[in-house]
Amino acid sequence: MAEQKKNLFFYRNSQLIVPLVAIGLLLVFNLIRDPSFFSVSIGTNNDGNPVLQGNLVSILNGASELAILAMGMTLVTAASGGQDISVGCLAAIAGSVFVKVLRAGEITGWSVALGILLCCLVAMVFGCFNGTLVSVFKIQPMIATLILFTCGRSIAYWINGGATPTVSSPIITAIGSFIPGIPVPTPILIVILVGILFTVAFRLTTLRLYIQTVGINQGAAKLNGINPLRIKLLAFIILGACCSVSGVIGVSRLSLINHETLLLNVEMDAILAVAIGGNNLGGGKFNMIGSILGAYAIQALTITLYAMKVPSTDVKAYKAIVIILLVVLGSPVVKDAFRRLRIRLSGGRLTAGKGAL
Amino acid sequence: MEEILLTMRGICKSFPGVRALDKVNFTLRKGEIHALMGENGAGKSTLIKVLTGVYPKDEGEIRVEDRPISIHSPQDAQKNGISTVYQEITLCPNLTVAENMFIGRTEGVGVNWKQMEKRTGELLSGLGIPARPKQQLGSCSIAVQQMVAIARAVDAQCKVLILDEPTSSLDDKEVEMLFRLMRDLKSRGVGIIFVTHFLEQVYAVSDRITVLRNGVLVGEFKVENLPQVELVSRMMGKELEGLSDLEKEKSAGALEGETLYQAEQLSSTEARPFDFRIAKGEVNGFTGLLGSGRSESVRAIFAADRVTGGKVRMNGKPVNVTSPYQAMKAGIGYLPEDRKRDGIIADLSVRENIILAMQVMKGFFHPLSKKQMEEFADEYIRALEIKTASQDTPVGSLSGGNQQKVILARWLLTHPQYLILDEPTRGIDVGTKTEIQRLVLKLAEEGMSVTFISSEIEEMLRTCSRLIVMRDRKIVGELRGSELTQSNVMYTIAGGGKENG
Repeated sequence: MAEQKKNLFFYRNSQLIVPLVAIGLLLVFNLIRDPSFFSVSIGTNNDGNPVLQGNLVSILNGASELAILAMGMTLVTAASGGQDISVGCLAAIAGSVFVKVLRAGEITGWSVALGILLCCLVAMVFGCFNGTLVSVFKIQPMIATLILFTCGRSIAYWINGGATPTVSSPIITAIGSFIPGIPVPTPILIVILVGILFTVAFRLTTLRLYIQTVGINQGAAKLNGINPLRIKLLAFIILGACCSVSGVIGVSRLSLINHETLLLNVEMDAILAVAIGGNNLGGGKFNMIGSILGAYAIQALTITLYAMKVPSTDVKAYKAIVIILLVVLGSPVVKDAFRRLRIRLSGGRLTAGKGAL
Repeated sequence: MEEILLTMRGICKSFPGVRALDKVNFTLRKGEIHALMGENGAGKSTLIKVLTGVYPKDEGEIRVEDRPISIHSPQDAQKNGISTVYQEITLCPNLTVAENMFIGRTEGVGVNWKQMEKRTGELLSGLGIPARPKQQLGSCSIAVQQMVAIARAVDAQCKVLILDEPTSSLDDKEVEMLFRLMRDLKSRGVGIIFVTHFLEQVYAVSDRITVLRNGVLVGEFKVENLPQVELVSRMMGKELEGLSDLEKEKSAGALEGETLYQAEQLSSTEARPFDFRIAKGEVNGFTGLLGSGRSESVRAIFAADRVTGGKVRMNGKPVNVTSPYQAMKAGIGYLPEDRKRDGIIADLSVRENIILAMQVMKGFFHPLSKKQMEEFADEYIRALEIKTASQDTPVGSLSGGNQQKVILARWLLTHPQYLILDEPTRGIDVGTKTEIQRLVLKLAEEGMSVTFISSEIEEMLRTCSRLIVMRDRKIVGELRGSELTQSNVMYTIAGGGKENG
């Protein structure tokens, strides 16, 4: 019985192995290459506030938008068995709305709050649009979101009339970099906040159970009184809200909106984060922590390459090589081979728990 | 005079743990429509698949026109003049009729479309099929698509044509059209193997009937020598003579009790309108052959298919049941026929599978705590003696019987007033079967109403106090009390109920 329990524990958390191994290998690689990679120091920024600096901080900080999108993408993937490729464009739209609201008057705490609220609403409406195409009209998620992927940045362009307006204010700086007195970059705090929100949502609602049920067996979900359309729609709306948060962070980092480059190509990284996190891209059971770790693994890779002074034009090629390794490592064929190897090594003792694995 | 076209001798086929075909013989003559009959698991489809090369046979011999042949693939079958038209159309709906006729049958690189269209036109008009060669196949009705598939098979020099459930999605007029085509082909000397569940269609068009049961040949009969009721008894494996019907111990009292659920002219996209009622504490059942509409009827009650009409009353009060959720709220539970497809959430744990329906009824914002879930799961794992390593085991790795118990637990946990069990005992071991039957009777004693469906007549007779008999998607009779005997059920299914009265 104890062994069974251990097996089950292993089963539930085995999908975290790939992202953890990836992060671990990257860190070890950096340790050998240049131990100073890990140095974290407290410096002072232009405003004279104490701030944390170092590569590790940049990894955690830089992955914030991606981590938030990966959380939302996990739900959409699990419920619909497909991916949303419009998240970057949707973040650009949300960012543009945010800037539009801020530039309507003086930037105060209230106007920033209103801006966040409005851009969140707009993004949720667009998420609802994607979700309707997927759930009601049964269009494949990738095709359905291709529409917004194609036209999203044009919509963002219209919102601010083609300009790339700046929004400079201490409040925006506080969101994008540091809150005075707190040495941890604010985007990291926002990721923690979003993570807490999801944890609370999973505690207070049946969201996790419903999404998994719909993703695994839609027909059975229906016969148990769950409305699969509504659950899929909900997943897309939640992803929309995640996009708006990422958009706000992205805008606040630079204190301006560039609708063409804001979170460009992030959709592929978000899908990748979900995949590296061991989640089945065909839907069903999901592990959100895996996706978050996946996002950090991707960012760790990028920062490592930059630290190695790889020219920015070459970074993508090197990234691709590592990603091939990660994806093959997490593939069912390799996993199965590992499982068989382990059973052989243990002399068949584990076969009793085979069903659980 | 009768030229033998195809003979199969001593065909054996085993799957792990099951002997699907045991020394089965089958003979098809030239210009004959030969119905292949049998209940679920009789071996019809295995026999067809052996003949068409989908499965290799373990033993036996197949001869076409007295020449032994070996079939290893569908292509081999086609080369030997054996063609199959399946229930689902396997052509390409986005190509034209002519393209579909010749796809995969052209030789060389060059293609003469003009000639193909001309040839198609001749074939279609020759067989009286209402389609044009240039028409997109998808724009034709299902019946016409099926006929195009048949025409394609005929043009490929087929001598043996297998029609696997060709009529299940056709309406009466289309069926008649198909029958005309079948008779036409018959007069041209094609031998047709006709697989269907509709008894009346068998008698309308067939010359001979071969009956299989549990993988064994029951016999080959000329249609005129096999009355319908006899056919039913052969399929079910019950002799009509000397049937000692069990004494009924169940009181018919429950029938007279207060009506719990009542439906008037209830219909769904799959079920024709029907009336139905069940009393408090009553156990009744829908019976009929496979495809008779018994599952579709109970699915309509639970609104598992889209409800298209009818009035429903629960405890005398009208209720609106147009979705499974509303049915659950009204106090109805439904254990579906296809456990794998509609029942279990395979990757989720036993615990989550047990609490699912109850959780849905409690609502989105009222999740059960982990502790409550564990308690409920524990309670029902113990009560139903579900054999599982732990609550966390994915339900998909349990045995069939235990999966079924998990779904049963799921519905019992919602404390329904009315529980529908569609084939709860299919594919599970004998011990679990009796456990489930006993449970059903116990629940009824406690006041729950249960509708129980099973392919096994004895099981129904043992548990139900009233049987609703269906044939060809209509309710054709109702049996209760002392009328509940095997021979009565069979007469009613076969449409010979009056002979009994």
